Amino acid sequence: MAGARNPQPQPVPGRTDQPVIRVEGLQAFYGAKQVLHDIELTVKPGEIMVIMGGSGSGKSTLLRHLVGLTRPAAGRVELLGLDIARARSLEMLRLRRKIGVAFQGGALFSSMSVLDNIMLPLREHTRLDRKTMEIMARLKLEVVDLAGADSLMPSELSGGMLKRAAVARAIVMDPQLLFFDEPSAGLDPVVSSALDDLILKLRDALRMTMVVVTHELESAFKIADRITILDQGRVLLIDDVAAVRKSGNARIQNLLNRRSEQTEVDAQSYLQRLTGAAERSPDTRNDEAGAT
Amino acid sequence: MLRVAEGIGRGVVRGVEEIGFAGALFLESLLWAVAGPARRQPVRLSAVFAQMMQIGIEALPIATVLAAAIGMMLAIQSLYSLGLFGAESFATVGIALSVVREFAPLIIGILIAGRSGSALAARFSTMTINQEVDALRVIGVSPVRFLVAPALIAMMVVVPCLTMWANLVALTAAGFLVSSALGISLGAYAADAVAVLSVNDLAHGLGKSVLFAALVALVSTVNGALADGGAEGVGRRTTRAVVHSIAAIIMVDMIFAFVVTSG
Repeated sequence: MAGARNPQPQPVPGRTDQPVIRVEGLQAFYGAKQVLHDIELTVKPGEIMVIMGGSGSGKSTLLRHLVGLTRPAAGRVELLGLDIARARSLEMLRLRRKIGVAFQGGALFSSMSVLDNIMLPLREHTRLDRKTMEIMARLKLEVVDLAGADSLMPSELSGGMLKRAAVARAIVMDPQLLFFDEPSAGLDPVVSSALDDLILKLRDALRMTMVVVTHELESAFKIADRITILDQGRVLLIDDVAAVRKSGNARIQNLLNRRSEQTEVDAQSYLQRLTGAAERSPDTRNDEAGAT
Repeated sequence: MLRVAEGIGRGVVRGVEEIGFAGALFLESLLWAVAGPARRQPVRLSAVFAQMMQIGIEALPIATVLAAAIGMMLAIQSLYSLGLFGAESFATVGIALSVVREFAPLIIGILIAGRSGSALAARFSTMTINQEVDALRVIGVSPVRFLVAPALIAMMVVVPCLTMWANLVALTAAGFLVSSALGISLGAYAADAVAVLSVNDLAHGLGKSVLFAALVALVSTVNGALADGGAEGVGRRTTRAVVHSIAAIIMVDMIFAFVVTSG
């Protein structure tokens, strides 16, 4: 059933089978804390790659690196053959015209109508006249089943409509690469399923390569060609849906079966946590001892 | 003791970082204003005019009321204090110089910090937290060109205009009281005021107002760009932007007055 809904990515005419996304040895830090450890990842043309993981697994950080919002502390992120850490600003600008991002909360500009939001990339990157831009924007609204919502303000849209409008803005330049950040988050199951169908429709109709970050299992299994599972900033597995389901890895099974990690309680560290002793560094403790 | 020193050190480093960030924003805004059209990425005039409407035209009523109140207050105090020495006739000199060189730019700067600076900081904070700034970047639109440059340019054009308006209103309001107290005509008061003032005095006040405008725009933008933590973060950054803007205006005013008058 999943296979029927989810055909393997078709080769795109004029494109090679070279990966459109290549991540090598990517590391990221928040302050002193390392949040991504040597991530290796490739995404093939026309593929839907789902990045899954629990809260704090590093999937949103990885997405920020993939779309060029954060520079890697170490390693390499290559999009459409361009190393984004070393790219010049003009090269990045050209690249950005070929990628679209649908953010978790939509990230529509609250001071603009839906139509103006969708037209913004066209206004900034093309010399089309306003009438043509309006037609193109309305066309994308039709694609995401939001016809007639063009004059509404973002504050007048429901959660599902916001996400659809964000998708319309992301695809208005007909990008080769489309990124989704938690497309199902905060939506009811029906709207969530409709959004999954939209993602599949876009892939099949527009032949886009997609990267979807989600923690929704049902959604991931429905849309994914391959799944990358992250855990504590490390890649546990990259494989197709069937292989992920069958994986013998305990952490993956915990994630799939929504079980929390059970760790043995160490009495000494438990006591330290309660008294706050673990929070203090040895140096601080020595200073305090000296002061008293 | 060590923690206090660490806290102070972190505060200093953060302050220096924010000043550097503000400087970079200023230079990048100038760069976009000058080089943007050649790269087919101009600073949109429509956005600049929209900001000018919000910052300038919509602030006109409150600016008028404040300027009139300041003019009258200065007239009352000047007439009283100079009256102690029987020198009321010199009130016009003090009022004209004080308004044009000091009070009009200062009061308009503080008004803009409270009114437009807070609005800018709240808007940028909300946009940062809602990932709208990230959305601009992934679309390939520079947030500095799209958001910061229009606000900065609008402020630097409109605030001197508001200051000039405040000069006129404050001097006129003071004129009603002074002419009535000294038994002279409003025309004679105006002639005295104009005789006292030089182009240098006007340039002093208007030059300061341009500086204050840039300070408010940059402090508000920096605070907005560094926002985090949801609605509470927006409130915290907005308050911080207003307090820092007003503090910066007063400090820069003092330094500007010292440097210019000592030269």
